[in-house]
Amino acid sequence: MIKTLGTEDTLENAGLTDEEQQLFSNARPRAYEPYPIKAVEDFANWARANSLWILAFGTGCGAIELRPLMTARFDANRFGVAGRPTPRQSSVFIIGGYASVKTLKRIIRSYEQMQGPKFVIALGICPINGGMYFDSYNTVNRFDQYIPVDLYITGCMPRPEVLVAGIMELQNKIKAGRCDGANRYVENFDWYKANQKKVIKNWDMPDYNW
Amino acid sequence: MLEWLGKVGDFSLTLLIVTLYGLLVGAYIERVIAKVQGRIGIPYSQPFINILKNFFKRTAVSHGVMFYLGPVFRIAGGIGTLAFIPVIYGNEMFSNFSMSGDLFLVIYFMFFGQLGMALGAGESGHPYSAIGIARGLSQMTAYEVPFALAVISIVIQYDTLSITEIVAAQQGGWQNWTLFTNWVATLAAMLAFLGMTGYSPFDIFLAPQEIPIGPPTEFHSAYLGLLQTNRALFGATKLILFMNLFFGGATGWVELMIKTLLIYMVAIVVGVAFPRFRVDQGIRFFLKIPTVIGILSIIYVQMVLLS
Repeated sequence: MIKTLGTEDTLENAGLTDEEQQLFSNARPRAYEPYPIKAVEDFANWARANSLWILAFGTGCGAIELRPLMTARFDANRFGVAGRPTPRQSSVFIIGGYASVKTLKRIIRSYEQMQGPKFVIALGICPINGGMYFDSYNTVNRFDQYIPVDLYITGCMPRPEVLVAGIMELQNKIKAGRCDGANRYVENFDWYKANQKKVIKNWDMPDYNW
Repeated sequence: MLEWLGKVGDFSLTLLIVTLYGLLVGAYIERVIAKVQGRIGIPYSQPFINILKNFFKRTAVSHGVMFYLGPVFRIAGGIGTLAFIPVIYGNEMFSNFSMSGDLFLVIYFMFFGQLGMALGAGESGHPYSAIGIARGLSQMTAYEVPFALAVISIVIQYDTLSITEIVAAQQGGWQNWTLFTNWVATLAAMLAFLGMTGYSPFDIFLAPQEIPIGPPTEFHSAYLGLLQTNRALFGATKLILFMNLFFGGATGWVELMIKTLLIYMVAIVVGVAFPRFRVDQGIRFFLKIPTVIGILSIIYVQMVLLS
């Protein structure tokens, strides 16, 4: 999708070559207002909360706790949770534990390709303060500085029961209309981008992945 | 003019009932599969909530005109298929636009949606979409052979191309159903039906684990909502077509629901019991046993039934 916009609301896409710049959009993402009628927004939030599709992208060791969710013992299908292999269709991104800088790049790409409203659950202690990787050279400590997080589930490792409890808590937050991570990301876009570019040295992708 | 408008209104009602029924059956089937796996499964409302959620998404990305038209063609294929199938036999209100020769039109429409979807998914430019389409279309070409042979067989048997007349010929007791008068054609068609429903062992083109859900990889938000609606509608429509052609049709909604659910169960029983075929294995399977049964069914009609 190539758009011609004014200079103030375009992105530089400086990491791309001239040839690649033609292939990617340089439009800035927009924040979205809730529906003007509160009942409609509440209904939409109810639907969003009861149909959480998780992006099947295991970013760290916590991803191993995601697998049992779908099995007979925990059966997250009961809560409307399903796995989706493509970011386009999923609405929940579970950061499974530590995020190394290399993975962070892929997390950003996947997160930006998800369609709003989108929610992020940070699983384990590592996305909160680094956990046991707090002084690692290639792991980010505070994940919230790179992608807005809606819900934290701490522990090392949190068991699937805790994950189920966390998903139910996320549903309550969505129903109450308190999960606006996608809008926070857009409103503080420059701050998030600066943080991301500070740690990712080989930035060779567009500034916003459509 | 007024009569025509009334017919469109009747068809809209049929469309609504069939879509809702398709969504409910989808949820029921998911629950059955979950029970087999020792789980509880989704609530009955889940397919409805999923579609609502997709329509309530705030953003959507387009990849071009054909990308928009893909889901539209798909649902046009679903609606078009239903439009020419008499849903309830002997009921003027629910016989839709059924006419002489509608069987050909229905088979064409079943193909039409898939081709539209292939064009739309191709425009998305995602390599996994292309792989899914290549697999889906080649498998479809393979299972259409036994299905077409079975249809030719019953067309010869009843000497008509009208679905209403085929249903009429099967009235008067279960012994008149095609299932019992021409069981060879029914067998070939039911084997093709396994491929049509897209459950195991013929679900490689959707392949939820390997290639991200096949052709609709790039479709999201309202596009996906349309595709999901069509999946329910088209699934129920195919069941109704099979019921009409091979299982004596239905004279009421309750009879329709019982019969279609039982027909669907054939695919589910096979699906939960067997692992997945690779696409080349699937094509070889369809072109061997079901095709031979399909040819035999035509010979059976000519040599046994009509002699």
